Amino acid sequence: MEMFSTALPALADAWSLILQPMVLGYLALGVVMGLAVGVFPGLGGIAGLSLLLPFMYGMDPVLGLALMIGMVAVVPTSDTFASVLMGIPGSSASQATVLDGFPMAKNGEAARALSAAFSSSLFGGLVGAAFLTFFILIARPIVLAFGLPEMLMITVLGLSMVAVLAGRVPLKGLAAACLGLMIGTIGEADAGGSLRMASYDIPYLTDGLKLVIVGLGIFAIPEIVSLLRQDRSISNGAELGAGWMDGVRDWMRNIWLSVRCSVIGVVVGIVPGLGGSVVDWIAYGHTVQCTEDKSKFGKGEVRGVIGPESSNNAKEGGGLVPTLLFGIPGSGSMAIFIGALALLGSGEIEVGPAMLKNNLDITYSIVWLLALANVLGTVLCIAMSGNIAKLTTIRFTYLAPFLFMLISFAAFQSGQNFEDLLALCVIGLIGIFLRRFDWSRPAFLIGFVLSNPVEKFSNQAFQIASFRFRKSFEEGMDYIFSPIVIVLLIITVVSVVLGIRQAKSIMAEGEVQSGAKRAPIVFLLLVTAYLLTAVINANAIPDFNMTDKIIPLGIGCFALLCCLLLLVQMIRKPEGDSIFADKELAGEDAEAPYGLWPTLAWFAFLITATWFVGFILALLFFLVSFLKIRAGAGWVKTLLLTACGIGMMCIMASALHRDFPPGLLQSAIDLPWPLR
Amino acid sequence: MKVSHILRHTAIGLAVAAGTIAMPANAEVDFSGKTIEWVIPFSETGGSAKWANFFAPLLAEQLPGEPTIVVKFMPGAGSTKGANWFQEQEHKDGTLMFGSSGSTQFPYLLGDPRVRYEYNDWNAVMASGTGGVAYLNPEDGAKFDGTADALKGIDFIYGSQGATRLDLVPLLAWEMLGMSVEPVFGIKGRGDGRLMFERGEATIDYQTSSSYLKGSLELVEAGKAVPMMTWGALDESGSIVRDPTFPDIATFKEVCEATAECDTSGDAWDAWKAFFIAGFPSQKLAFLPAGTPQEYIDTYTAAFEKVRGRDDFAEIAASRVGKYPVFIGANAQTALASATNVPESAAQFVREWLKDTYGVELK
Repeated sequence: MEMFSTALPALADAWSLILQPMVLGYLALGVVMGLAVGVFPGLGGIAGLSLLLPFMYGMDPVLGLALMIGMVAVVPTSDTFASVLMGIPGSSASQATVLDGFPMAKNGEAARALSAAFSSSLFGGLVGAAFLTFFILIARPIVLAFGLPEMLMITVLGLSMVAVLAGRVPLKGLAAACLGLMIGTIGEADAGGSLRMASYDIPYLTDGLKLVIVGLGIFAIPEIVSLLRQDRSISNGAELGAGWMDGVRDWMRNIWLSVRCSVIGVVVGIVPGLGGSVVDWIAYGHTVQCTEDKSKFGKGEVRGVIGPESSNNAKEGGGLVPTLLFGIPGSGSMAIFIGALALLGSGEIEVGPAMLKNNLDITYSIVWLLALANVLGTVLCIAMSGNIAKLTTIRFTYLAPFLFMLISFAAFQSGQNFEDLLALCVIGLIGIFLRRFDWSRPAFLIGFVLSNPVEKFSNQAFQIASFRFRKSFEEGMDYIFSPIVIVLLIITVVSVVLGIRQAKSIMAEGEVQSGAKRAPIVFLLLVTAYLLTAVINANAIPDFNMTDKIIPLGIGCFALLCCLLLLVQMIRKPEGDSIFADKELAGEDAEAPYGLWPTLAWFAFLITATWFVGFILALLFFLVSFLKIRAGAGWVKTLLLTACGIGMMCIMASALHRDFPPGLLQSAIDLPWPLR
Repeated sequence: MKVSHILRHTAIGLAVAAGTIAMPANAEVDFSGKTIEWVIPFSETGGSAKWANFFAPLLAEQLPGEPTIVVKFMPGAGSTKGANWFQEQEHKDGTLMFGSSGSTQFPYLLGDPRVRYEYNDWNAVMASGTGGVAYLNPEDGAKFDGTADALKGIDFIYGSQGATRLDLVPLLAWEMLGMSVEPVFGIKGRGDGRLMFERGEATIDYQTSSSYLKGSLELVEAGKAVPMMTWGALDESGSIVRDPTFPDIATFKEVCEATAECDTSGDAWDAWKAFFIAGFPSQKLAFLPAGTPQEYIDTYTAAFEKVRGRDDFAEIAASRVGKYPVFIGANAQTALASATNVPESAAQFVREWLKDTYGVELK
């Protein structure tokens, strides 16, 4: 009761701080800027916030907060555009949205998918804020209850979603997830610094692959290439069917699903160290499990959009708890947010335990500014969605070169290395084959995303547990099997059992025809060869660095076992069995007028040219030749579109203070920006 | 012998620091309408980012022509990537600055094979330092009586970022005290370490001064943590004295002297002290690239002087970069010398110790 007697006045203070025209104006400004940055794939809140930082120094705290929160809050909302319309996961928060959102766009229901997604986002954000208002007062002990074993169990729960998304042949899904886990271990190990599948001669690999690149490579490139080959618009028939009101109605019908997924979002978001990477998958898994008719998932089920989108904005609210109460950022953008808080005013806001004691009104302002920004951002997004959805009716050949341009730029921003582009190409190729042979790409991505947490938490939890066991057996058991762990364990087991039963009806890759043995077996052998190399490589790590060795070795051996079983099945089963799924045999890809390799060669051309003459010049050649030759546009149109593309890149880069990939030419002679 | 030489060198520098007046800036250097890039070889989320973001707007106000200063992040290979990149940059028009940290200094000192940069080529224009406080859980803290004698035989757990990083300083100190501290490697920042301590998973922790004041002091006041020692600070003669920010907490040197097992002379002590000096009193440095003409160095020096000379500097710096001296110009060079020179014997000792204790080999 005492708690509420201080909380209620603080809440009132917070509202009086927020509800001022100036504050709302700054919030709106932040929201608009956030939307402008967020619609571009791969450039999340980090880029936007860095942009604002120089202005934060000495700014009035509430105004500065409004500006920053406006920006952070809308990024997970606005990146839905890229996920739904282009099949490009804008950030880790919208990966699961791609699964059903993009098929909906292909069915001509882009506007419906978008407005359903935005309504869910909005609702999730509000549920998150309401929940936090009370929860933040009692959150500290609960957050502290999540130790390493508990975090490990949440990660495992996230991994268990592979069971739902494994596809028609569960073994293949499992192997895809393991491949993702293994690719996630590439680079210098966190714990002991051993190198896995990397060498100091290639410094790029020692840092491992970035999520942006893997997300773009696995989802975006295969879809772009496939659509480009078919030479049509994203929306089949170039028509927009259902409008945005339908999406809002869809959300209304599934409001309880939205409530449940929002709560999942807040709760998982609160756990520090996990960030948002698992939230949308857990929400998607839950959505699948509680839907009666599962046959439409992966082909454009609107519930598959509502679930993850309800959770990802609620998660932002949950993520504020560790950020504000412990000063431990849940994500990169939150880290900058903390840094910027210290710059505001005379630096009186200090995140940490004191936030609740000295700055409860500010804390509440942050929570509700976030909610308000959500409302504002969502309304703007819904208002725009009808028009933006029309993009899906444009002939894709005119969109593709710009998408290649955008994803190359986004990929380059992750590490500012030319190797970023190479990595994007290689991962894109893996994505294309995973798609072709019906190996679950979501499973691969879940594996990749959770690779680092699985390794970190299991090693650390093991180390601490062995200490506790050394003290006494009971203490060890108490540590490992806390009530939270047991509950999570039960949820995981239930979800795996249900998931396996349901997996067959959920086709993450849509319908795929099966056919001859040769191509699928060759791909399997290639995967096996990589895994074998990785296992041998991991085994070479000396034993005293067991923490760096055990996960790649263990997962790798398990993956090899999966591959071996698959191989045996492939040899024994007759041609035409579902195990031999191959998209090149029938359906859209097979009937496409353009081949895979010539289409991919265009992208390779952009990358190769970049290596020689730098990004902007390469882009000039690429856009002109692509539009002229491949799209068959006239000279006027070609030059106009090229100028637009290059102009857009330059404006974006200069506003965000970003560089372009340089080439050999640039290392030989000094050129003025943007050619530099 | 070499250590004492360097210490004297440092000490003189530190002593001079107090009384230095900025050289007048050359009027020819003008940054009007220009954008200065300050490259930080870490991600947006680390302490160096906070440090650069703190100084950037202040510095921009004071440079002639009030340029825009943009902090750029180039993380990779534990800052080695960014530093290697900076090594290849040459002076153009004075619009490039670089910031390094203890994590950049240590691989350089230990002879990490990835290091292709040479500090002596660069021009240090500003340096600032910090201190650190180690603390214990209340149960074991009760046994701490100014000596670590009663802490022997207790197994401590410490959340660590890696033995070759700044964590080298606390880990070596605890080992010298005869304590058995098992590091759990792989955490991402000291904040995660503190959280692990708060959850009771880790039983010993250390934080740099500003983080200690922000996060850990609260634990101490609530009886959930017991301060053990600071790393201390350097006085003018180069000896370790009590940290001015924490005058009531004994230094590691004092605890070591009082503890039977520990010795404040010999190889281990010399190595610890050398790495402490490299890692804390001049932890973060700002550089201009190789070949920068003197007038640019003077311009930056004068601007940093003006930043430090602000009436409110001590106040605004305290919460963000700590109450520690900021070295500028020639004193920054001196700080650089102390941060990037350890006697080969100390480096060798640490390399052996890393190999024997943690199996880390820098090859």
